[in-house]
Amino acid sequence: MYGNDFGQPGTTDPGAGAPPHPLNAAETPDYTDALAEYFDGLIEEDQRVEPRDAMPEAYRTTLIRQMAQHAHSEIIGMQPEANWITRAPSLRRKAILMAKVQDEAGHGLYLYSAAETLGVDRSELLDKLHSGRQKYSSIFNYPTLTWADAGAIGWLVDGAAIMNQVPLCRCSYGPYARAMVRVCKEESFHQRQGFEILWVLARGTEEQKAMAQDAANRWWWPALQMFGPPDTGEHASSGHTAQSMAWGIKRFSNDDLRQKFVDMTVPQAQKLGITLPDPDLAWNEERGHWDFGPIDWDEFWRVLKGDGPCNEQRIRTRVQAHEEGAWVREAAEAYAAKQAARHQPEAVA
Amino acid sequence: MSSGSWPLWEVFVRARRGLSHVHAGSLHAPDREMALRNARDVYTRRQEGVSIWVVASEDITASSPDERDSFFDPAADKVYRHPTFYDVPEDVEYL
Repeated sequence: MYGNDFGQPGTTDPGAGAPPHPLNAAETPDYTDALAEYFDGLIEEDQRVEPRDAMPEAYRTTLIRQMAQHAHSEIIGMQPEANWITRAPSLRRKAILMAKVQDEAGHGLYLYSAAETLGVDRSELLDKLHSGRQKYSSIFNYPTLTWADAGAIGWLVDGAAIMNQVPLCRCSYGPYARAMVRVCKEESFHQRQGFEILWVLARGTEEQKAMAQDAANRWWWPALQMFGPPDTGEHASSGHTAQSMAWGIKRFSNDDLRQKFVDMTVPQAQKLGITLPDPDLAWNEERGHWDFGPIDWDEFWRVLKGDGPCNEQRIRTRVQAHEEGAWVREAAEAYAAKQAARHQPEAVA
Repeated sequence: MSSGSWPLWEVFVRARRGLSHVHAGSLHAPDREMALRNARDVYTRRQEGVSIWVVASEDITASSPDERDSFFDPAADKVYRHPTFYDVPEDVEYL
């Protein structure tokens, strides 16, 4: 979600209800062995897998789920920031914010297209989003209460997303990796504009400084949760990290990426003159990294499963946009039909 | 049938795994299968590719060179889509 995949373990069971004997050659053990040899060879040599390559069903379903969640996160992620478009403090900020929200829509489109190379249809994926059968990043279930939140999202949420997405440019599935190259190029403006918003506020009036600090306080922990549950220890979910790393979909563990993000962000916060809401945050000379306090994983799972401040509103708005946009899709089809009829050669009587 | 009346096909070649298909050129062929085989012989004689797409030229809709300026104009005044537009202190790393 935003480049991570923490679907609940056990929710997909391709073997369930399968007949005892294979119905076609593609399900026989010989085929499975040959496929495994071919596919494992590609992965071993760190080659990219392309759409027409034979691939294990589990690899395909994992990728579809991850790309769909990633795409859903992009388009749901339009909402918290779109909330501030009409109230952006200047024309400059408004134009920037519109460009950014537009980019998020574009990122969603790149990712739905990449998922479609695996034989799914985006309407199917949207249905799953709308009915709650597929998730999006839990971060977007938090509200944007002040203008400073637009800054904090760019700086922290997009900063974390970049950390997740850069390694995905080397993901084993070619279309996903290529989509990520485009996305990452565009993200760097997102992060910088967010930092700039906070940089200006942090140099403003006392109220503006307080607003910037308040936004950082509210977004810091959810941003750390974006990397997903720990890979080891009591809070580790029996998720997909190990398998996804073996398949070259993921290149780093959740905890490694989270640590990198903390190490990158703490000096930036210092530069801004903003504190981060963690009393345990301290430089660890021995490790050469910043130590940070425990993350509330109960909150993470609660919000992911639907009980966050904005879950209901996000899905309601998405479904409403989809339904109220139906006339646009219908009008486009009617126009295409009319054009086709007009350009059809005259029937010979 | 002379080759003059065969349809034109655009050829896209993927140089290696992980790269996208890139337009290499075009050729004439009577059908898509023959277009694919001809494309192999015309455009990948020196192992320039690992995958080929052929697309009937008439199925491609292209923007017009005459309209280039007006067509791409909407992006011309949106310099804020580039990261260099933003004023941030120079000594902040990883921005």
